[in-house]
Amino acid sequence: MTEDVFTALADPTRRTILDLLATHGHGTATTLAAELPVSRPAVIKHLAVLDRAGLVAAQRHGREVRYVVQPAPLQATAAWMSRLAADWDARLAAVKALAEGAADSRE
Amino acid sequence: MDTIERTIHIDAPVERVWTIVTEPEHLGQWFGDAGASRTGDTITMAWKEHGEAELRIVREEPPNVFAYRWDANDPGIGDTLVEFTFEPEGSGTRLKVVESGWGDLRTAVERQRELRDGNVGGWTHELGDLERYAQTVTV
Repeated sequence: MTEDVFTALADPTRRTILDLLATHGHGTATTLAAELPVSRPAVIKHLAVLDRAGLVAAQRHGREVRYVVQPAPLQATAAWMSRLAADWDARLAAVKALAEGAADSRE
Repeated sequence: MDTIERTIHIDAPVERVWTIVTEPEHLGQWFGDAGASRTGDTITMAWKEHGEAELRIVREEPPNVFAYRWDANDPGIGDTLVEFTFEPEGSGTRLKVVESGWGDLRTAVERQRELRDGNVGGWTHELGDLERYAQTVTV
């Protein structure tokens, strides 16, 4: 899941689509295309990528399909990255202890 | 957004920090907990509970840059790049580690499509950006 989230977020147009959906609460391929320098078919493709990553959900309202942001995958990815960063902090602290401690013992 | 960058100041010379970060004898202490061995450009790390992992060295420029690829935490989905840089800072060393590449995992088809469309996103963001981004989008 996390990898798909990264892939989805790699594209600036998709990030803009998420921003627009977050700002407006929801949107359709048509309303999004009106605010973007890309065609409606391109928006539909981008929405499909976001949908596969679980970042948006489609809701049918009569004849139109509205998209809303699904926050959980973003939060899960941010939390996952935080854990990996904490792992590196711990490893770097261990390197520091080894480097400084061993230096002291030689003196 | 798929990059983790951490730095630390160490009160020891660059050469000493280089030795500890790169030599299997020390890697087995601060990175793994069950030893490490090197054959050619591959270091095999061992953990008591997590088994083994291979670090495939891609850059080794003593005492400035050391980089390897290793399988991401979920086996089988590809590998990420870990790059250490060592810089003198005062009488000590500024050690930086950057891990990147999750965005490339298991996504070859999507990536190829993006490349074909000339639609390649920048990957210069860091963890902080992702956290801020997650907040702005999910508030």
